[in-house]
Amino acid sequence: MSKYTRTAEVLTLSSTTATTHGARNHARAQAGTRAETQPTLPAGDAVDTPAGVAAADMVWDEIIGAGGYAVHLLPRGARLRLLDLEGDACAALMIHRADATAERLNVADTMKVQWQAYLGPGMVLLSDMGRVMASILDDTSARHDALCGASVTAGNARRYGDGTVYGPSPAARDRLLLALAKHGLTRRDLPPTINLFKGVRVNGDGALTFEGDPIPGAGVTLRAEMDLLVSVANCPHRLDARKAYAATPLRLTAWRGPLTPPGDHMRNGTPEVLRAFQNAEDLIGGAS
Amino acid sequence: MSSRVIHDEVVAARAPWSGVVRAGQTLRIVDLAGNQAADCILYNAHDPDERYSASDTIAEQGNIFLTTGTRLLSSEGNVLMVITDDTCGRHDTIGGACSQESNTLRYGHHAKHQHACVENFLTTHAPRGMGKRDLVSNINWFMNVPVEEDGTLGIVDGISAPGLYVDLLAEMDTLVAISNCPQINNPCNGFDPTAIRLIITESVTA
Repeated sequence: MSKYTRTAEVLTLSSTTATTHGARNHARAQAGTRAETQPTLPAGDAVDTPAGVAAADMVWDEIIGAGGYAVHLLPRGARLRLLDLEGDACAALMIHRADATAERLNVADTMKVQWQAYLGPGMVLLSDMGRVMASILDDTSARHDALCGASVTAGNARRYGDGTVYGPSPAARDRLLLALAKHGLTRRDLPPTINLFKGVRVNGDGALTFEGDPIPGAGVTLRAEMDLLVSVANCPHRLDARKAYAATPLRLTAWRGPLTPPGDHMRNGTPEVLRAFQNAEDLIGGAS
Repeated sequence: MSSRVIHDEVVAARAPWSGVVRAGQTLRIVDLAGNQAADCILYNAHDPDERYSASDTIAEQGNIFLTTGTRLLSSEGNVLMVITDDTCGRHDTIGGACSQESNTLRYGHHAKHQHACVENFLTTHAPRGMGKRDLVSNINWFMNVPVEEDGTLGIVDGISAPGLYVDLLAEMDTLVAISNCPQINNPCNGFDPTAIRLIITESVTA
């Protein structure tokens, strides 16, 4: 029998996926495979979760590698821990108000209203509607960037020889655009974003200094102060001058938590931040 | 080579303005009375989803201040306009535009009903079918926002003066949206909003 004879018998013998049943069996046999970067579902099955967090309260656990991205909805009160597992991640972060995405992170207001260019523990992320979106509860990195935004296709093409989303060195902006697209959002919905775990400092003459030395195990924990759509990409910072496309795995872990109480120290940290909380609470008819 | 004036207009204190500056034309913004912040966002006139990107502009030049030589980049990495002359010295692009909402944070809820730059941008955008999603971190011509060593930043007394100007050469057909800032609670306008003058010119070969 010629191997080119197209009979069902021959095809079945030469391949396990020549029939619908075979292909189904082949696909189902992949279940249980673990990749270095993937989500854990249900999130309650995640291991090595933050102390005191019950499995039933887990809402998200996912590791994204170099060039990867993820997008997730978080309910008000949820905590999101971003963990720079090996110390060389760069988390490009964008947040939208989940139920009205025209309201979104505004880096200019975040800096101006808090009279501070450098994000760190005790600071909040503000929307363009004068409301607190998230509070930075914990931060063992304190080296972030609200000035330079996401890396871009052309910049990555220049530095790494390729900036395509399907290549080895995608740009953070393109990854965030894909994250947004999955929720019906477009480039109109992507203003300047922030970078966590890679820092930029401003000299007296306005010039920038990049701070990128690895801090293994550094973590940032955010508290959602409204229902949020969170988009994260893990791509090298655009001021990272290394020739190699270097970004180590980033773990995202989120769990339900109590709403911010009126006496919360961050809520009452500054008069500006207190009013940002009041404006956010006004959305849902008062403080928790 | 000489130049001829295409457009010459005084924009009243507190008012918005928008218009297209064609590739090769130069827009001069004149601070008539001194220390008048002119909030500004640029768009590709043919595809306004491509708009000014403060972060790209800052990252590419490695400096937060805008002045002569600065290439004002778009969200797609293209050059919208280039600053070809600047008698003020430097301009801001990290302080953002004032809004009724951010005014409540910075000054208190008594400021909620005061006119603000976001109101101006939304007003001038509406007839073009543009809106809130088209508002991004902007340029503040003639506004002074230093950053201290510890990261403290703020809008402080201006370094501009009557008659100082900035020239912007359009590298593509650029929709320029301006809010002549109505803010009265900080020194960006010297607590007294005043008019600015816009002059668009193009070169004429003899």
